[in-house]
Amino acid sequence: MTALNHTKHVALRYIRALLRQPAWVAISLVQPVIWLLLFGALFKRTADIPGFSGGSYIEFLTPGVVVMLAVSSAGWVGMGFIEDINRGTMDRLLVSPIWRGALNLGSVAQSMLSIVIQSAIVVGLAVAVGARFHNGVAGVAVLIAVGALLGAIFASLSNGVAVLTRQRETLIGIVTMVTLPLTFLSSALMQESLLPSWIRWAAKFNPVNWAAQAGRSAAQANTDWGLIASRVGFLALLLLASAAFATRAFNAYQRSI
Amino acid sequence: MEAIEASQLSKTYKGGVRALDGLSLEVEAGTIFGLLGPNGAGKSTTVKILTTLSRADSGEARVAGLDVVRDAQRVRRSIGVVGQKPGLDGDATGRENLEMQAEIYGIRGAKRRERVDELLERLGLAEAADRLGKTYSGGMQRRLDVALGLVHRPKVLFLDEPTTGLDPEVRAGLWQEIERLARDEEMTILLTTHYLEEADRLAARLAIVDRGRVVAQGSPDQLKSELRGDTVQVELVESTNGDAVAALHRLPGLSGLSVDGRVLRARAENGAAAVPTVLAALEENGLHVAAATIARPSLDDVYLRHAGRSFEQADGDNRKEAA
Repeated sequence: MTALNHTKHVALRYIRALLRQPAWVAISLVQPVIWLLLFGALFKRTADIPGFSGGSYIEFLTPGVVVMLAVSSAGWVGMGFIEDINRGTMDRLLVSPIWRGALNLGSVAQSMLSIVIQSAIVVGLAVAVGARFHNGVAGVAVLIAVGALLGAIFASLSNGVAVLTRQRETLIGIVTMVTLPLTFLSSALMQESLLPSWIRWAAKFNPVNWAAQAGRSAAQANTDWGLIASRVGFLALLLLASAAFATRAFNAYQRSI
Repeated sequence: MEAIEASQLSKTYKGGVRALDGLSLEVEAGTIFGLLGPNGAGKSTTVKILTTLSRADSGEARVAGLDVVRDAQRVRRSIGVVGQKPGLDGDATGRENLEMQAEIYGIRGAKRRERVDELLERLGLAEAADRLGKTYSGGMQRRLDVALGLVHRPKVLFLDEPTTGLDPEVRAGLWQEIERLARDEEMTILLTTHYLEEADRLAARLAIVDRGRVVAQGSPDQLKSELRGDTVQVELVESTNGDAVAALHRLPGLSGLSVDGRVLRARAENGAAAVPTVLAALEENGLHVAAATIARPSLDDVYLRHAGRSFEQADGDNRKEAA
Protein backbone atom coordinates (compact mmCIF):
# COMPACT_ATOMS: atom_id res chain seq x y z
CA MET A 1 0.00 0.00 0.00
CA THR A 2 2.68 2.43 1.09
CA ALA A 3 4.98 1.14 -1.65
CA LEU A 4 2.26 1.68 -4.24
CA ASN A 5 1.46 5.17 -3.00
CA HIS A 6 5.12 6.15 -3.03
CA THR A 7 5.54 4.81 -6.56
CA LYS A 8 2.46 6.72 -7.66
CA HIS A 9 3.81 9.99 -6.28
CA VAL A 10 7.26 9.52 -7.80
CA ALA A 11 5.62 8.82 -11.16
CA LEU A 12 3.30 11.81 -10.80
CA ARG A 13 6.25 14.01 -10.03
CA TYR A 14 8.06 13.05 -13.24
CA ILE A 15 4.91 13.21 -15.35
CA ARG A 16 4.12 16.68 -14.06
CA ALA A 17 7.66 17.87 -14.74
CA LEU A 18 7.44 16.62 -18.35
CA LEU A 19 4.02 18.10 -18.98
CA ARG A 20 5.40 21.47 -17.90
CA GLN A 21 7.83 21.42 -20.82
CA PRO A 22 5.71 22.36 -23.82
CA ALA A 23 8.62 21.62 -26.19
CA TRP A 24 8.92 18.10 -24.84
CA VAL A 25 5.20 17.50 -25.17
CA ALA A 26 5.15 18.83 -28.73
CA ILE A 27 8.17 16.78 -29.80
CA SER A 28 6.81 13.60 -28.22
CA LEU A 29 3.54 13.99 -30.06
CA VAL A 30 5.04 14.90 -33.40
CA GLN A 31 7.90 12.40 -33.38
CA PRO A 32 5.70 9.31 -33.92
CA VAL A 33 4.01 11.05 -36.82
CA ILE A 34 7.32 11.92 -38.45
CA TRP A 35 8.76 8.46 -38.00
CA LEU A 36 5.76 6.63 -39.31
CA LEU A 37 5.21 8.85 -42.32
CA LEU A 38 8.89 9.34 -43.12
CA PHE A 39 9.91 5.70 -42.87
CA GLY A 40 6.66 4.75 -44.53
CA ALA A 41 7.44 6.97 -47.51
CA LEU A 42 11.14 6.14 -47.65
CA PHE A 43 10.67 2.37 -47.69
CA LYS A 44 7.31 2.27 -49.50
CA ARG A 45 8.63 0.13 -52.33
CA THR A 46 9.77 -2.52 -49.87
CA ALA A 47 6.32 -4.03 -50.24
CA ASP A 48 7.19 -4.76 -53.87
CA ILE A 49 10.25 -6.85 -53.02
CA PRO A 50 9.67 -10.49 -53.98
CA GLY A 51 9.15 -12.45 -50.80
CA PHE A 52 7.56 -9.58 -48.88
CA SER A 53 4.37 -10.97 -47.48
CA GLY A 54 1.47 -9.17 -45.96
CA GLY A 55 -0.19 -5.93 -46.91
CA SER A 56 1.17 -2.44 -47.31
CA TYR A 57 4.51 -1.34 -45.92
CA ILE A 58 2.79 1.07 -43.46
CA GLU A 59 0.85 -1.86 -42.10
CA PHE A 60 4.08 -3.78 -41.67
CA LEU A 61 5.97 -0.78 -40.33
CA THR A 62 3.55 0.32 -37.59
CA PRO A 63 4.60 -2.28 -34.98
CA GLY A 64 8.23 -1.51 -35.83
CA VAL A 65 7.76 2.19 -35.16
CA VAL A 66 6.01 1.44 -31.87
CA VAL A 67 9.02 -0.61 -30.79
CA MET A 68 11.53 2.00 -31.95
CA LEU A 69 9.71 4.73 -30.08
CA ALA A 70 9.65 2.63 -26.93
CA VAL A 71 13.41 2.12 -26.97
CA SER A 72 14.33 5.65 -27.82
CA SER A 73 11.99 7.35 -25.38
CA ALA A 74 12.78 5.00 -22.48
CA GLY A 75 16.51 5.41 -22.97
CA TRP A 76 16.38 9.01 -21.78
CA VAL A 77 14.56 8.30 -18.54
CA GLY A 78 17.80 8.22 -16.54
CA MET A 79 18.31 11.94 -17.20
CA GLY A 80 15.73 12.66 -14.52
CA PHE A 81 17.81 10.71 -11.98
CA ILE A 82 21.00 12.52 -12.90
CA GLU A 83 19.25 15.81 -12.39
CA ASP A 84 17.87 14.64 -9.05
CA ILE A 85 21.31 13.59 -7.91
CA ASN A 86 22.95 16.83 -8.97
CA ARG A 87 20.28 18.99 -7.44
CA GLY A 88 20.19 17.20 -4.09
CA THR A 89 16.63 15.96 -4.53
CA MET A 90 17.85 12.38 -4.53
CA ASP A 91 19.56 12.78 -1.17
CA ARG A 92 16.44 14.35 0.28
CA LEU A 93 14.43 11.33 -0.85
CA LEU A 94 17.02 8.86 0.45
CA VAL A 95 16.96 10.27 3.99
CA SER A 96 13.18 9.94 4.01
CA PRO A 97 11.39 6.64 4.64
CA ILE A 98 10.36 6.42 1.00
CA TRP A 99 10.18 2.85 -0.30
CA ARG A 100 13.45 2.53 -2.24
CA GLY A 101 11.91 0.62 -5.13
CA ALA A 102 9.52 3.51 -5.76
CA LEU A 103 12.31 5.64 -7.21
CA ASN A 104 13.06 3.33 -10.13
CA LEU A 105 9.53 2.01 -10.47
CA GLY A 106 7.97 5.46 -10.46
CA SER A 107 10.18 6.69 -13.25
CA VAL A 108 9.68 3.45 -15.21
CA ALA A 109 5.91 3.91 -14.85
CA GLN A 110 6.18 7.43 -16.22
CA SER A 111 8.14 6.12 -19.19
CA MET A 112 5.61 3.38 -19.87
CA LEU A 113 2.78 5.88 -19.81
CA SER A 114 4.55 8.09 -22.36
CA ILE A 115 5.11 5.06 -24.58
CA VAL A 116 1.47 4.02 -24.40
CA ILE A 117 0.35 7.49 -25.46
CA GLN A 118 2.89 7.73 -28.29
CA SER A 119 2.02 4.22 -29.50
CA ALA A 120 -1.67 5.05 -29.53
CA ILE A 121 -0.88 8.04 -31.75
CA VAL A 122 1.14 5.83 -34.12
CA VAL A 123 -1.63 3.26 -34.36
CA GLY A 124 -4.30 5.92 -34.83
CA LEU A 125 -2.31 7.54 -37.59
CA ALA A 126 -1.63 4.19 -39.26
CA VAL A 127 -5.34 3.44 -39.30
CA ALA A 128 -5.98 6.86 -40.78
CA VAL A 129 -3.62 6.15 -43.68
CA GLY A 130 -5.20 2.78 -44.33
CA ALA A 131 -3.35 0.19 -42.26
CA ARG A 132 -5.42 -2.68 -40.93
CA PHE A 133 -5.02 -4.46 -37.60
CA HIS A 134 -6.18 -7.98 -38.04
CA ASN A 135 -6.87 -8.80 -34.43
CA GLY A 136 -8.68 -5.56 -33.75
CA VAL A 137 -8.42 -3.88 -30.42
CA ALA A 138 -6.96 -6.96 -28.73
CA GLY A 139 -4.08 -7.10 -31.19
CA VAL A 140 -3.38 -3.40 -30.80
CA ALA A 141 -3.47 -3.77 -27.00
CA VAL A 142 -0.89 -6.56 -27.15
CA LEU A 143 1.29 -4.49 -29.48
CA ILE A 144 1.21 -1.47 -27.16
CA ALA A 145 1.74 -3.63 -24.07
CA VAL A 146 4.82 -5.19 -25.68
CA GLY A 147 6.15 -1.73 -26.48
CA ALA A 148 5.61 -0.64 -22.88
CA LEU A 149 7.32 -3.80 -21.60
CA LEU A 150 10.34 -3.15 -23.81
CA GLY A 151 10.31 0.45 -22.62
CA ALA A 152 10.34 -0.68 -18.98
CA ILE A 153 13.49 -2.71 -19.65
CA PHE A 154 15.32 0.20 -21.22
CA ALA A 155 14.06 2.68 -18.63
CA SER A 156 15.47 0.51 -15.83
CA LEU A 157 18.79 0.14 -17.66
CA SER A 158 18.90 3.88 -18.24
CA ASN A 159 18.25 4.58 -14.56
CA GLY A 160 20.94 2.13 -13.54
CA VAL A 161 23.52 3.66 -15.87
CA ALA A 162 22.46 7.13 -14.72
CA VAL A 163 23.11 6.53 -11.02
CA LEU A 164 26.37 4.72 -11.76
CA THR A 165 27.83 7.38 -14.03
CA ARG A 166 25.95 10.50 -12.83
CA GLN A 167 26.99 12.19 -16.06
CA ARG A 168 24.55 13.45 -18.66
CA GLU A 169 27.14 13.20 -21.42
CA THR A 170 27.89 9.56 -20.63
CA LEU A 171 24.23 8.64 -20.64
CA ILE A 172 23.62 10.49 -23.90
CA GLY A 173 26.59 8.68 -25.45
CA ILE A 174 25.45 5.27 -24.31
CA VAL A 175 21.84 5.77 -25.36
CA THR A 176 22.74 6.96 -28.85
CA MET A 177 25.31 4.21 -29.23
CA VAL A 178 22.96 1.43 -28.16
CA THR A 179 19.52 2.29 -29.51
CA LEU A 180 20.27 2.76 -33.18
CA PRO A 181 22.16 -0.51 -33.74
CA LEU A 182 19.61 -2.44 -31.73
CA THR A 183 16.87 -1.00 -33.89
CA PHE A 184 18.62 -1.87 -37.15
CA LEU A 185 19.69 -5.33 -35.97
CA SER A 186 16.04 -6.28 -35.83
CA SER A 187 13.00 -6.76 -37.96
CA ALA A 188 11.56 -3.40 -36.89
CA LEU A 189 11.89 -1.91 -40.37
CA MET A 190 12.39 -4.95 -42.57
CA GLN A 191 10.77 -8.34 -42.82
CA GLU A 192 12.87 -10.95 -41.08
CA SER A 193 13.19 -13.28 -44.06
CA LEU A 194 14.63 -10.44 -46.11
CA LEU A 195 17.34 -9.54 -43.59
CA PRO A 196 20.97 -10.49 -44.33
CA SER A 197 21.68 -13.76 -42.58
CA TRP A 198 24.12 -12.32 -40.03
CA ILE A 199 21.61 -9.70 -38.97
CA ARG A 200 18.94 -12.37 -38.74
CA TRP A 201 21.28 -14.29 -36.48
CA ALA A 202 22.10 -11.28 -34.28
CA ALA A 203 18.42 -10.37 -34.08
CA LYS A 204 17.73 -13.66 -32.29
CA PHE A 205 19.40 -12.16 -29.20
CA ASN A 206 18.03 -8.68 -29.55
CA PRO A 207 15.19 -7.68 -27.22
CA VAL A 208 14.11 -5.01 -29.70
CA ASN A 209 13.58 -7.79 -32.22
CA TRP A 210 11.65 -9.90 -29.70
CA ALA A 211 9.30 -6.99 -29.18
CA ALA A 212 9.02 -6.33 -32.92
CA GLN A 213 8.20 -10.00 -33.59
CA ALA A 214 5.59 -10.21 -30.84
CA GLY A 215 4.01 -6.85 -31.62
CA ARG A 216 3.84 -7.51 -35.34
CA SER A 217 2.43 -10.96 -34.92
CA ALA A 218 -0.31 -9.53 -32.70
CA ALA A 219 -1.15 -6.82 -35.19
CA GLN A 220 -1.08 -8.79 -38.43
CA ALA A 221 -2.87 -11.75 -39.93
CA ASN A 222 -1.62 -15.28 -39.22
CA THR A 223 -1.02 -14.42 -35.58
CA ASP A 224 1.25 -16.86 -33.79
CA TRP A 225 0.22 -16.70 -30.13
CA GLY A 226 2.92 -19.19 -29.18
CA LEU A 227 5.60 -16.91 -30.60
CA ILE A 228 4.05 -13.92 -28.83
CA ALA A 229 4.00 -15.78 -25.51
CA SER A 230 7.64 -16.84 -25.81
CA ARG A 231 8.86 -13.36 -26.78
CA VAL A 232 6.88 -11.72 -24.00
CA GLY A 233 8.40 -14.31 -21.67
CA PHE A 234 11.93 -13.39 -22.78
CA LEU A 235 11.15 -9.72 -22.32
CA ALA A 236 9.70 -10.31 -18.87
CA LEU A 237 12.85 -12.16 -17.80
CA LEU A 238 15.00 -9.37 -19.15
CA LEU A 239 12.87 -6.85 -17.27
CA LEU A 240 13.59 -8.70 -14.02
CA ALA A 241 17.29 -8.64 -14.79
CA SER A 242 17.32 -4.95 -15.64
CA ALA A 243 15.28 -4.07 -12.54
CA ALA A 244 17.82 -6.01 -10.47
CA PHE A 245 20.60 -4.09 -12.19
CA ALA A 246 18.92 -0.77 -11.36
CA THR A 247 18.54 -1.80 -7.72
CA ARG A 248 22.18 -2.80 -7.49
CA ALA A 249 23.29 0.41 -9.15
CA PHE A 250 21.29 2.27 -6.54
CA ASN A 251 22.97 0.43 -3.71
CA ALA A 252 26.35 1.19 -5.24
CA TYR A 253 25.39 4.86 -5.42
CA GLN A 254 24.41 4.89 -1.77
CA ARG A 255 27.69 3.25 -0.76
CA SER A 256 29.63 5.91 -2.61
CA ILE A 257 28.15 8.91 -0.78
CA MET B 1 18.33 12.16 27.33
CA GLU B 2 20.73 12.32 24.42
CA ALA B 3 19.04 12.86 21.08
CA ILE B 4 22.22 12.10 19.15
CA GLU B 5 25.13 9.94 20.23
CA ALA B 6 28.02 9.18 17.95
CA SER B 7 31.05 7.28 19.03
CA GLN B 8 34.32 6.80 17.21
CA LEU B 9 32.96 7.33 13.71
CA SER B 10 35.50 6.74 10.98
CA LYS B 11 35.11 6.88 7.26
CA THR B 12 37.55 6.81 4.40
CA TYR B 13 36.25 7.49 0.92
CA LYS B 14 37.41 5.68 -2.17
CA GLY B 15 40.69 7.19 -3.22
CA GLY B 16 41.90 7.33 0.35
CA VAL B 17 40.37 10.59 1.55
CA ARG B 18 39.97 10.17 5.29
CA ALA B 19 36.81 12.12 6.06
CA LEU B 20 36.29 11.01 9.65
CA ASP B 21 38.89 9.81 12.07
CA GLY B 22 37.24 8.72 15.30
CA LEU B 23 34.63 11.44 15.69
CA SER B 24 32.44 11.30 18.80
CA LEU B 25 29.73 13.64 20.00
CA GLU B 26 26.63 13.81 22.15
CA VAL B 27 23.69 16.12 21.72
CA GLU B 28 21.18 16.63 24.48
CA ALA B 29 17.52 16.51 23.45
CA GLY B 30 15.85 19.86 22.86
CA THR B 31 19.00 21.85 22.25
CA ILE B 32 20.75 23.40 19.29
CA PHE B 33 24.14 21.85 18.75
CA GLY B 34 26.66 23.34 16.39
CA LEU B 35 29.23 21.41 14.44
CA LEU B 36 31.81 23.96 13.53
CA GLY B 37 34.74 23.47 11.23
CA PRO B 38 36.35 24.55 7.99
CA ASN B 39 35.49 23.05 4.62
CA GLY B 40 36.54 19.42 4.44
CA ALA B 41 36.70 18.94 8.23
CA GLY B 42 34.16 16.12 8.13
CA LYS B 43 30.97 17.94 9.10
CA SER B 44 28.91 16.89 6.12
CA THR B 45 30.12 13.31 6.30
CA THR B 46 29.01 13.22 9.93
CA VAL B 47 25.57 14.48 8.95
CA LYS B 48 25.34 11.94 6.13
CA ILE B 49 26.08 9.11 8.54
CA LEU B 50 23.71 10.34 11.22
CA THR B 51 20.91 10.74 8.67
CA THR B 52 21.39 7.19 7.23
CA LEU B 53 22.50 8.50 3.86
CA SER B 54 25.98 7.10 4.22
CA ARG B 55 27.61 4.47 6.43
CA ALA B 56 30.61 4.76 8.68
CA ASP B 57 33.43 2.26 8.18
CA SER B 58 33.56 1.85 11.95
CA GLY B 59 31.99 3.34 15.03
CA GLU B 60 28.38 3.60 16.11
CA ALA B 61 25.70 6.22 16.13
CA ARG B 62 22.22 6.54 17.59
CA VAL B 63 19.69 9.18 16.69
CA ALA B 64 16.50 9.57 18.73
CA GLY B 65 17.59 6.45 20.58
CA LEU B 66 17.78 4.35 17.39
CA ASP B 67 20.83 2.83 15.74
CA VAL B 68 21.40 4.51 12.39
CA VAL B 69 22.34 1.27 10.63
CA ARG B 70 20.14 -1.39 12.24
CA ASP B 71 17.12 0.87 12.62
CA ALA B 72 17.70 3.07 9.59
CA GLN B 73 14.07 3.14 8.50
CA ARG B 74 12.82 4.21 11.95
CA VAL B 75 15.56 6.81 12.21
CA ARG B 76 14.32 8.25 8.89
CA ARG B 77 10.85 8.68 10.36
CA SER B 78 12.25 10.63 13.32
CA ILE B 79 14.54 13.04 11.54
CA GLY B 80 14.23 16.01 9.25
CA VAL B 81 17.14 16.93 7.02
CA VAL B 82 17.96 20.16 5.26
CA GLY B 83 20.96 19.35 3.13
CA GLN B 84 23.65 21.56 1.79
CA LYS B 85 22.34 21.32 -1.76
CA PRO B 86 18.77 22.42 -2.33
CA GLY B 87 16.59 19.32 -2.09
CA LEU B 88 13.50 20.84 -3.57
CA ASP B 89 12.14 19.86 -6.96
CA GLY B 90 12.34 22.96 -9.13
CA ASP B 91 9.83 21.63 -11.64
CA ALA B 92 7.14 21.39 -8.99
CA THR B 93 5.44 24.19 -7.11
CA GLY B 94 6.20 24.83 -3.45
CA ARG B 95 2.89 23.27 -2.53
CA GLU B 96 3.45 20.19 -4.69
CA ASN B 97 6.89 19.69 -3.16
CA LEU B 98 5.38 19.70 0.32
CA GLU B 99 2.47 17.49 -0.70
CA MET B 100 4.75 14.78 -2.04
CA GLN B 101 6.95 14.99 1.05
CA ALA B 102 3.83 14.59 3.24
CA GLU B 103 2.73 11.53 1.26
CA ILE B 104 6.14 9.92 1.80
CA TYR B 105 5.57 10.16 5.55
CA GLY B 106 2.03 8.84 5.26
CA ILE B 107 0.35 12.21 5.89
CA ARG B 108 -2.67 12.23 3.60
CA GLY B 109 -6.02 13.80 2.90
CA ALA B 110 -7.20 16.66 5.11
CA LYS B 111 -4.21 16.35 7.43
CA ARG B 112 -1.90 16.83 4.50
CA ARG B 113 -3.70 19.95 3.34
CA GLU B 114 -3.65 21.39 6.83
CA ARG B 115 0.04 20.72 7.41
CA VAL B 116 1.12 22.00 4.00
CA ASP B 117 -0.85 25.24 4.44
CA GLU B 118 0.55 25.68 7.92
CA LEU B 119 4.15 25.33 6.76
CA LEU B 120 3.69 27.58 3.74
CA GLU B 121 2.24 30.24 6.00
CA ARG B 122 4.86 29.82 8.65
CA LEU B 123 7.86 30.07 6.34
CA GLY B 124 6.43 32.99 4.45
CA LEU B 125 5.78 31.05 1.24
CA ALA B 126 1.99 31.22 1.15
CA GLU B 127 1.93 33.73 -1.69
CA ALA B 128 4.49 31.83 -3.73
CA ALA B 129 2.92 28.43 -2.96
CA ASP B 130 1.73 27.79 -6.49
CA ARG B 131 4.83 28.98 -8.29
CA LEU B 132 7.47 26.55 -9.52
CA GLY B 133 10.38 26.02 -7.13
CA LYS B 134 12.90 27.06 -9.75
CA THR B 135 11.43 30.56 -9.85
CA TYR B 136 12.13 31.07 -6.13
CA SER B 137 14.93 33.30 -4.87
CA GLY B 138 17.81 31.67 -2.98
CA GLY B 139 16.31 32.58 0.37
CA MET B 140 12.88 31.25 -0.59
CA GLN B 141 14.38 27.99 -1.84
CA ARG B 142 16.14 27.56 1.45
CA ARG B 143 12.93 28.22 3.35
CA LEU B 144 11.11 25.66 1.23
CA ASP B 145 13.91 23.18 2.00
CA VAL B 146 13.43 23.85 5.69
CA ALA B 147 9.68 23.38 5.32
CA LEU B 148 10.29 20.04 3.55
CA GLY B 149 12.40 18.94 6.49
CA LEU B 150 9.64 19.83 8.94
CA VAL B 151 6.60 18.25 7.28
CA HIS B 152 6.41 15.24 9.60
CA ARG B 153 7.34 17.11 12.80
CA PRO B 154 10.69 15.42 13.26
CA LYS B 155 12.22 14.99 16.70
CA VAL B 156 15.68 15.77 15.42
CA LEU B 157 16.43 18.26 12.68
CA PHE B 158 19.71 18.34 10.77
CA LEU B 159 20.72 21.56 9.08
CA ASP B 160 23.81 21.17 6.95
CA GLU B 161 25.27 24.62 6.34
CA PRO B 162 21.82 26.17 6.18
CA THR B 163 22.91 29.72 5.43
CA THR B 164 25.84 29.16 3.07
CA GLY B 165 25.48 31.36 0.02
CA LEU B 166 22.68 33.48 1.47
CA ASP B 167 22.98 37.22 1.78
CA PRO B 168 23.24 38.62 5.33
CA GLU B 169 19.66 39.77 5.59
CA VAL B 170 18.23 36.42 4.55
CA ARG B 171 20.70 34.70 6.85
CA ALA B 172 19.53 36.71 9.85
CA GLY B 173 15.93 35.81 9.04
CA LEU B 174 16.75 32.13 8.89
CA TRP B 175 18.61 32.34 12.19
CA GLN B 176 15.48 33.70 13.83
CA GLU B 177 13.43 30.91 12.33
CA ILE B 178 15.86 28.27 13.61
CA GLU B 179 15.81 29.76 17.11
CA ARG B 180 12.03 29.80 17.06
CA LEU B 181 11.87 26.16 15.98
CA ALA B 182 14.10 25.01 18.79
CA ARG B 183 12.06 26.97 21.30
CA ASP B 184 8.50 26.28 20.13
CA GLU B 185 8.78 22.73 18.87
CA GLU B 186 11.21 21.41 21.43
CA MET B 187 13.19 20.01 18.59
CA THR B 188 16.79 18.92 18.78
CA ILE B 189 18.75 20.67 16.08
CA LEU B 190 22.16 19.72 14.82
CA LEU B 191 23.58 22.47 12.69
CA THR B 192 26.82 22.43 10.77
CA THR B 193 28.44 25.65 9.79
CA HIS B 194 31.72 27.13 8.87
CA TYR B 195 30.64 30.54 10.08
CA LEU B 196 32.01 31.11 13.56
CA GLU B 197 29.45 33.85 14.03
CA GLU B 198 26.57 31.51 13.29
CA ALA B 199 27.70 28.86 15.77
CA ASP B 200 28.24 31.53 18.39
CA ARG B 201 24.80 32.98 17.88
CA LEU B 202 22.70 29.81 17.63
CA ALA B 203 24.33 26.88 19.34
CA ALA B 204 23.92 26.12 23.04
CA ARG B 205 26.79 23.70 22.70
CA LEU B 206 29.19 23.09 19.93
CA ALA B 207 31.91 20.79 18.78
CA ILE B 208 34.86 22.07 16.84
CA VAL B 209 35.82 19.62 14.13
CA ASP B 210 39.14 19.47 12.41
CA ARG B 211 40.54 16.73 10.17
CA GLY B 212 37.71 14.33 11.00
CA ARG B 213 37.86 14.62 14.77
CA VAL B 214 36.26 16.71 17.46
CA VAL B 215 39.05 18.87 18.86
CA ALA B 216 36.98 20.77 21.42
CA GLN B 217 33.46 20.57 22.77
CA GLY B 218 31.39 22.78 25.05
CA SER B 219 29.19 25.87 25.12
CA PRO B 220 30.58 28.80 23.13
CA ASP B 221 31.14 30.71 26.40
CA GLN B 222 32.86 27.76 28.03
CA LEU B 223 35.16 27.31 25.11
CA LYS B 224 36.00 30.97 25.04
CA SER B 225 36.53 31.23 28.78
CA GLU B 226 38.91 28.29 28.69
CA LEU B 227 41.19 30.60 26.81
CA ARG B 228 41.18 33.07 29.69
CA GLY B 229 42.10 36.67 29.20
CA ASP B 230 41.95 38.82 26.10
CA THR B 231 43.54 39.00 22.72
CA VAL B 232 45.82 41.95 22.26
CA GLN B 233 46.44 42.88 18.67
CA VAL B 234 48.97 45.46 17.60
CA GLU B 235 49.44 46.75 14.12
CA LEU B 236 52.89 48.15 13.38
CA VAL B 237 53.75 50.86 10.92
CA GLU B 238 56.26 48.63 9.19
CA SER B 239 56.48 44.90 9.05
CA THR B 240 58.86 43.39 11.51
CA ASN B 241 61.45 40.68 11.70
CA GLY B 242 62.06 38.86 14.97
CA ASP B 243 62.69 42.11 16.88
CA ALA B 244 59.13 42.54 18.03
CA VAL B 245 58.84 39.02 19.33
CA ALA B 246 62.12 39.40 21.16
CA ALA B 247 60.94 42.70 22.64
CA LEU B 248 57.68 41.28 23.97
CA HIS B 249 58.95 37.89 24.93
CA ARG B 250 60.22 39.05 28.28
CA LEU B 251 57.02 40.81 29.31
CA PRO B 252 55.12 39.10 32.12
CA GLY B 253 51.50 38.07 31.61
CA LEU B 254 51.72 37.69 27.83
CA SER B 255 51.40 34.38 26.03
CA GLY B 256 50.67 32.90 22.62
CA LEU B 257 52.65 35.49 20.75
CA SER B 258 52.34 35.38 16.98
CA VAL B 259 53.41 37.62 14.12
CA ASP B 260 51.76 37.93 10.75
CA GLY B 261 53.37 40.65 8.63
CA ARG B 262 52.68 43.91 10.40
CA VAL B 263 50.26 42.37 12.89
CA LEU B 264 51.26 41.05 16.28
CA ARG B 265 48.90 38.97 18.37
CA ALA B 266 49.21 37.89 21.97
CA ARG B 267 47.02 36.72 24.80
CA ALA B 268 46.97 38.65 28.06
CA GLU B 269 45.28 37.93 31.37
CA ASN B 270 44.13 41.52 31.47
CA GLY B 271 44.26 43.22 28.11
CA ALA B 272 43.80 46.78 29.36
CA ALA B 273 46.69 46.47 31.76
CA ALA B 274 48.96 44.83 29.20
CA VAL B 275 48.59 47.35 26.38
CA PRO B 276 50.69 50.21 27.89
CA THR B 277 53.61 47.89 28.66
CA VAL B 278 53.39 46.29 25.23
CA LEU B 279 53.40 49.68 23.51
CA ALA B 280 56.27 50.92 25.67
CA ALA B 281 58.35 47.83 24.97
CA LEU B 282 57.81 48.19 21.23
CA GLU B 283 58.65 51.89 21.11
CA GLU B 284 61.75 51.22 23.17
CA ASN B 285 62.91 48.91 20.41
CA GLY B 286 62.20 51.46 17.72
CA LEU B 287 59.01 49.76 16.48
CA HIS B 288 56.25 52.27 15.78
CA VAL B 289 52.69 51.29 16.44
CA ALA B 290 49.87 52.20 14.06
CA ALA B 291 46.98 50.71 16.05
CA ALA B 292 46.26 48.54 19.06
CA THR B 293 43.09 46.64 19.94
CA ILE B 294 41.92 44.45 22.78
CA ALA B 295 39.33 41.77 22.06
CA ARG B 296 37.45 39.25 24.11
CA PRO B 297 38.29 35.75 22.88
CA SER B 298 36.35 34.74 19.79
CA LEU B 299 35.60 31.29 18.50
CA ASP B 300 38.34 31.95 16.00
CA ASP B 301 40.80 32.06 18.88
CA VAL B 302 39.32 28.85 20.24
CA TYR B 303 39.75 27.25 16.88
CA LEU B 304 43.31 28.48 16.57
CA ARG B 305 44.18 27.03 19.90
CA HIS B 306 42.63 23.60 19.36
CA ALA B 307 43.34 23.03 15.70
CA GLY B 308 46.73 24.69 15.71
CA ARG B 309 45.91 26.89 12.75
CA SER B 310 43.56 29.77 12.17
CA PHE B 311 40.15 29.03 10.81
CA GLU B 312 40.68 30.85 7.54
CA GLN B 313 43.98 29.12 7.02
CA ALA B 314 42.40 25.70 7.61
CA ASP B 315 39.61 26.54 5.22
CA GLY B 316 42.15 27.51 2.58
CA ASP B 317 44.34 24.45 3.19
CA ASN B 318 41.42 22.09 2.83
CA ARG B 319 40.24 23.78 -0.34
CA LYS B 320 43.70 23.29 -1.78
CA GLU B 321 43.69 19.64 -0.75
CA ALA B 322 40.31 19.14 -2.31
CA ALA B 323 41.36 20.78 -5.57
